[in-house]
Amino acid sequence: MASIFEFANPKRFMNLSGAVLPWLAVVCVLSLGAGLYLGFTAPPDYQQGDTVKIMFIHVPAAWVAMMCYGLMAVASLLGLVNRHPLADVAAKTAAPLGAVFTALALITGSLWGKPMWGAYWVWDARLTSFLLLLFLYLGYIALWNAIEDETRAARAAAILALVGVVNLPIIEFSVDWWNTLHQGESIIRSGGPLIAGVFLWPLGLMAVGYTTLFFTLWMIRIRTEIIERRIRALQLGIA
Amino acid sequence: MNPFSAVLFRDMRLATRAGGSAALALAFFAAVATLVPLGVGSDLHLLSRIAGGVLWIAAVLAALLSLDRLFQSDFEDGSLDLIALSPLPLESMSFAKIAAHWLTTGLPLTLLSPLLGVLFGLPPAGYAPLVLSLAIGTPAVSAIGAIGAALTLSIRRGGLILPFIVLPLLAPAVIFGSGAVLGVLDGLSNGAFWLLGAFSLVAVLLAPFACAAAVRLNLAG
Repeated sequence: MASIFEFANPKRFMNLSGAVLPWLAVVCVLSLGAGLYLGFTAPPDYQQGDTVKIMFIHVPAAWVAMMCYGLMAVASLLGLVNRHPLADVAAKTAAPLGAVFTALALITGSLWGKPMWGAYWVWDARLTSFLLLLFLYLGYIALWNAIEDETRAARAAAILALVGVVNLPIIEFSVDWWNTLHQGESIIRSGGPLIAGVFLWPLGLMAVGYTTLFFTLWMIRIRTEIIERRIRALQLGIA
Repeated sequence: MNPFSAVLFRDMRLATRAGGSAALALAFFAAVATLVPLGVGSDLHLLSRIAGGVLWIAAVLAALLSLDRLFQSDFEDGSLDLIALSPLPLESMSFAKIAAHWLTTGLPLTLLSPLLGVLFGLPPAGYAPLVLSLAIGTPAVSAIGAIGAALTLSIRRGGLILPFIVLPLLAPAVIFGSGAVLGVLDGLSNGAFWLLGAFSLVAVLLAPFACAAAVRLNLAG
């Protein structure tokens, strides 16, 4: 039976991830809880006031959104070169998570921008490159959904992810360049001067919380996808 | 005739003869450029500022319009299978197709752009940078667009998804291209032309390999 060989490694993954998942979830809940508590009780910033607290949910979202694209590209490369079905599944399931974290970073960024810049949207270099990142994620998901054949979809999407990862630093650079060319008013950079310890602790905890949240959700999505494929294989076997 | 130029000339003939997309892309380019003043108003001062950007966006959209059939029509009538069986590597075939697309779309758009620049009241100093930036940048549009065309060649409504996956990747070309025009008009010395040239070179160099990989996976099924 070919299907057993195909899922030999996913089976090992299922056992391993089943054991790791509860611990990951516990770390995630604890660090998110502690980070949120420290974040909300942190004193207001002398310059940004209470809006500095948005940073605690904004910065980690942006960091996870970028990390996710990197992981997706690595998984795509492994899927393309080694033809490993688990890598295809990993890349496929990472994309919607990345899109959501990117959207979260954009929304929290614009909520922070309203009091700081006086507008929900400013064509700031980072906001703009994140908007383009969101489109890259959505294009990847759209391409995957448009191709019916699963292995073909996986390979096409993997090529797109790799083209995207080559292009992302160029896009980032070009947007920065464009921003300095067009920039009219001055912009207050988030973070500003040195970050005090009262802000650094909740930020660090939230970064750990977001990262573990991402890995927890990713693992659950991969497991769900593997189970779904197994069910489909079984149904095909019956039919 | 060697196989490379055979593909190149065949694609150019297909694009320029009846039912081809080259003339339509040019007409689309002019139509989009005409709609913009209708949308933003006829203030020539404003139009002269945005001319470079608008013409760049119109050029990218016009190029994308004709890209979705780049590999798809050959895939549907089976000629892509025959080309794949020929001694010509798929990478060279992709490069020939990109070159044919640029020669029938990018180059005519570049040559038409000064005329549309007149309609936008582009200052005299802006014409040379406009033409030069389009000449340098449109090969990148054809190259990156070809990757999207190769990835979506088996999708029946690929024409809808292609712009969506390609446009974010083309952001640097639009930024550097329109920035080059604006930079010259404002008397700024910036490296826009060099950056645009670098982007275009990298895109044209790497795209044939990505296209070939995409064509291969679609033929393997």
